[in-house]
Amino acid sequence: MNGTPRDKRMSIDEVVGSLASGMTIGIGGWGPRRKPMALVRAILRSDLTDLTIVSWGGADVGLLVRAGKVRRLVYAFVSLDSIPLEPNFQRARQAGTIPEVVELDEGMFQTGLRAAAQRLPFLPMRAGLGSDVLVNNPWIETVTSPYEDGETFVAVPALRLDVALVHLNRADCHGNATYLGPDPYFDDLFAMAADRTYLSVEQVVDTAGLTVDTPVQRLLLSRMLVDGVVETPNGAHFTTCTPDYERDEKFQKAYAAAASGSDEDWAAFEQRFLAGDEDAYQAAVRTFAEEAR
Amino acid sequence: MSECTRADVCAAAIADAFADDGEIFASPMGLLPMLGVRLAKLTANPDLVISDGESLFLAGVPPLFAKADVVEGWIPFRRVFDVVANGPRHVMMGATQVDRHGNQNISAIGDFAKPTRQLLGSRGAPGNTVNNRTSYWVPRHSPRVFVERVDVVSGVGPARAREAGPAAARFNDIHRIVSNLGVFDVRGPDDTLRLLSVHPGVTVDEVLEASGCAIHVDADTATTREPTLEELVLIREVLDPKGLRFKEVPQ
Repeated sequence: MNGTPRDKRMSIDEVVGSLASGMTIGIGGWGPRRKPMALVRAILRSDLTDLTIVSWGGADVGLLVRAGKVRRLVYAFVSLDSIPLEPNFQRARQAGTIPEVVELDEGMFQTGLRAAAQRLPFLPMRAGLGSDVLVNNPWIETVTSPYEDGETFVAVPALRLDVALVHLNRADCHGNATYLGPDPYFDDLFAMAADRTYLSVEQVVDTAGLTVDTPVQRLLLSRMLVDGVVETPNGAHFTTCTPDYERDEKFQKAYAAAASGSDEDWAAFEQRFLAGDEDAYQAAVRTFAEEAR
Repeated sequence: MSECTRADVCAAAIADAFADDGEIFASPMGLLPMLGVRLAKLTANPDLVISDGESLFLAGVPPLFAKADVVEGWIPFRRVFDVVANGPRHVMMGATQVDRHGNQNISAIGDFAKPTRQLLGSRGAPGNTVNNRTSYWVPRHSPRVFVERVDVVSGVGPARAREAGPAAARFNDIHRIVSNLGVFDVRGPDDTLRLLSVHPGVTVDEVLEASGCAIHVDADTATTREPTLEELVLIREVLDPKGLRFKEVPQ
C-alpha cells in the first residue's frame, strides 16, 4: 500500500472490449478538433453495432455511419471545417442509412449534457422554440414556467451516456488530465454525463508533471470522472490536438476525396488505413505523409 | 483609387449592419461577414467585441486570418453559448435557404427524413435567433436561396417566433440580410422580406428575378452606399490585402 490512487492505464483493445452493442456513446472534441480518433478507429474494427452516438460531429461520425455502426445519431452539426460538409455523413443521410437521427441546436446539445451531468431529466431553455428541431423531434416537450412570467420553454431532455470517449494532451495514470490547446470543448461535461469515461492522451506523465510547466487551470478532468487512461500518441489524428499537432489537412483531403468518390475509392482508403490496428494506421499515415511531401 | 468592387460594397453594407450595436460580441460566420465586422470596428463602432473565430477576444483589428494580435479575453465554445443565452451578441450567419418570412435553413434540402442534400445541421441557428440579434449573408443571390418556404427551419423568423410564444419572440431580432445584390430586412407587410437597397449597378427587377419568393419593395428603393475612401483603404490595404473577398464575391 503506497497511498496512491489506482493505475487506470489500459490498452485500446481493452477499452473497446468493455463496450457493448446498443450502448449510448458520447464522443468529445468538436467537429474536426481533438477527437478520440484512435478509439473511434478501434470501434470500426470491432463487431460493435446498433450504437447511439452523441457528438458535435466530425470524421468520428462520418466513419461510424459509413461503417453502419450507428442506429441513432444525436448531433447539432457534422463538419470538417476546412471541408464544410462531411461526405460520409452526407452520403449516409441522403441514402437514409442512419435509422434514427436527432438533430439539435448546439446550445440544446450542451444543455442536454448539463441535464445529464446534474442527474436531471431535462433543463429549460429558449433554443429550439419555433424551429424545426422541435418539429423533427416531436418527443421533445416544452415546459411552462411556474413563476409569474408563465413563459413556455423547451424542456431539453438529458443526454445520458453509457460511455464518454475523450482525447486530451496529457494525463497521469490515475486519470487527471490537462488540455493544452485553445479550448476545453465540453469533455468534462461529456464525462459527467456518462456512467463511464475513457480518456486517451498524447502522453501519460507523472502527476507532478501535469502542472510543472502548465497552469493548474488547464486540468480539465479529475480522476474521479475517469475510468480508463490510454496513451495513444497522435491518437486524435487527423483532427487537431493543438499544440501537439494541428489538423492533417492533406490527409483530411484524401479522406474526403475517398468518402465522396466511388465505392472502390472508399474500399481502397479503408484497406490502406483502417484494415489494421492503430500501429498499422500510424505507420500508413507516416508513409502517406512522406509520399505527400 | 480605382472604382470600388461589389465585394467592397458588400463589406460596407455588412459593416453598416453592425454600426449601431454598441459594445456587444459581433460574431461573423464566413469571410465577408468577418471583413464587414472588422471594418465596422475600425469605423462606425469601435466598441464592438470581436474574436479570432476560434477562442480569443481580440483587442486589435488584425487582417483576415492573421495569427497574432493583442488578446482581451477568452471565448471558448462553452462561453459562446453563455453569451448567446445572455444576449449581448449579433451573429451574421450563412443561409442555404432563406424564405419570405425570414426563416433560414442550413440543415438539409428536401425531406428531413431523407434529404436530397444534407447540409451542416442546424448548428446554433435555433438558439441564435431566439436569443440575440441575427443577420444573414448570401454571397450568391438566386431563386434557390430566396424561397417561398425553407425546407427545414434552422433560424427562426419573426412570425414563427411569435407563433411559438413570448419566450421565443421576446429576443427574436432578424436584423439584416445582405446578399451580393442588395440589402434586406424583415419589416415588409406581416414581417416579410423587404428590399432596403440595391447595390450600385443592380436594378430592383434584377433582384426580384433572382428571388424565388415575393419581396416587398417600397416606392423608392435606395442604392446601397459605396464605401468611403477611408473604408476602401482599410479593406484593400489593412484588412484584406490579398483580395480573399473576391473568392466569395468575384469582381
